[in-house]
Parts: sequence; structure tokens; C-alpha cells
Amino acid sequence: MIPLSWYLLLAAALFCIGLYGVLGRRNAVAILMGIELMLNAVNINLVAFWRYLTPELIAGQAFAIIVFAVAASEAAVGLALIISIYRQRSTVIPEEIDLMKW
Amino acid sequence: MTVLQGVFLITALAAVISAVMVVASSRLVHAALWLVVTLGAVAVAFILLDASFLAMVQVVIYIGAIAILIIFTVMLTRRVMADSGPQANRAWWLAVFVATVMFASLLALLAQMPSWWQATPPALVASADFLVEDLGKSLVDLDRYVVPFEVASVLLLAALIGAIVLARPAEDRGKTGPE
Repeated sequence: MIPLSWYLLLAAALFCIGLYGVLGRRNAVAILMGIELMLNAVNINLVAFWRYLTPELIAGQAFAIIVFAVAASEAAVGLALIISIYRQRSTVIPEEIDLMKW
Repeated sequence: MTVLQGVFLITALAAVISAVMVVASSRLVHAALWLVVTLGAVAVAFILLDASFLAMVQVVIYIGAIAILIIFTVMLTRRVMADSGPQANRAWWLAVFVATVMFASLLALLAQMPSWWQATPPALVASADFLVEDLGKSLVDLDRYVVPFEVASVLLLAALIGAIVLARPAEDRGKTGPE
């Protein structure tokens, strides 16, 4: 059978790749894609712990569904913000969106 | 190595490679398509974990809704995207450093849990049908997760309305914005 650590390693790798995407990319849409990668890594962890440690409680899957809902809301609002900012400023690069900087 | 382990290794390899392509690809449309591959691989991982309902939700919500939404946004903001120039910001080396340190510390944490290295999944006490039924009941059960579930519903509704208001053309709000 597949050891639990394999899932945790996969999730850790996905999380760190997503972290690089969030910190290192210039485009706001690419940053959102990095956040989606990180949320997916967290979901893998939640479901793997549910399956290996507490399969009699359904909490892990219920938690993952809440994460799905939050991810969907986050993507909808984030992308709407990006489109709105693009209309106003003609840019999707966070470095150039400096209206609220000191 | 059993068949399941082989399937998992192929899935994990596909997930990691496509995730790297998501953050490394210079064309955003390509990055979004690689993201679809990653999300599909994660759905396969859910199937391997006996979470069939979550695998379906992953395909429907992530691939069917979020990835498509991202592709639409890339298309709507394409003119300035230019698909050229540096896609990584000035501090990209710092981002690589932070991500590497994070991965190393996660590995160190994992190494402190020797019982997890060889842990095998306990046999499921219930059938797969019962698991899905139990999951559905637990989300509307007053003693379990009905409150987080309803809060998530309200959050989704608020996000939907907020997204519509934000993405509406500026003219509708009586402002003059460069369209």
C-alpha cells in the first residue's frame, strides 16, 4: 500500500511550488494560480490524514469541502478585482498598482 | 512495488511537473492549461484516497469552474500581458529561497514522525456508498458541521454578488473609466 508520507511529500512539494508562484511571479493572475496550487496541497493533506489516521470520522472530507467553497469564493472575487483594476489602470502587475501606497 | 504505488508515483510526478510548469511558463494561457493538469492529478490522488465525492467535486469545481474562470481572465486582460518580458519579479531568487526553506522545514517536520513513514491505511469500516452518505449527512447535522457549511454558503453568495459588482463595467456605475 501507499505510505502516508508519500502523500505528505507530494503535498509539501505542491505547496512550495505554489509558494514560489505567489512570491515570485509578476502577474496577478499567476499569483492567484499559485494560491490555487497551495490550497490543493492543503486539501491533499486533509484527505490523506483523514484516510490514514481517522477514517471513522468524516471530518477531513467535510473540512476539504469548506476549503473548496473558500477557494471558489477567493477565485471569483480575486479575478473580478483583477478585471476591475485592469479596466481602471490597464495593468495586472501588482507592482504597478500603487494607488494606496504611501 | 504494487500497482497502486505505481499509479500514485505517476500521478505525483505529473502533478509536480505540471505545477512547476504553472509557475515557470511564460505564457499565462499555457500556465492555466498546466494548472488543469495539476488539478486533474490531484483528483486522481483523491480517488486513491477513497474520497470519490471529493474527486468529483475537484473536477467539477476546480477544473470546470475555477480553471475556466482563470483562462477567461487571462483572455480579458491579454493586451497588457504581452506574453513577453520577465514573468518573475525582481525578488524571484528570494522567492526560490523561501520556497526551498519551507520545503526543507516540512521535510524536517516529517522526519520527526517516523510512524508516518510506513503507515498504511486502515481498512475502511464502511462501504464507499455509506461514506458519501455520511459526508452529506454530516454537513447538515446539527451536532456536526452544519454551522461551517452554512457559513460557507453565505460566503459563496457574498463572493458571487461581490464579484458581479466588482466586474461590472464602470459606465454602469456612473463613473468614467478607460474601457
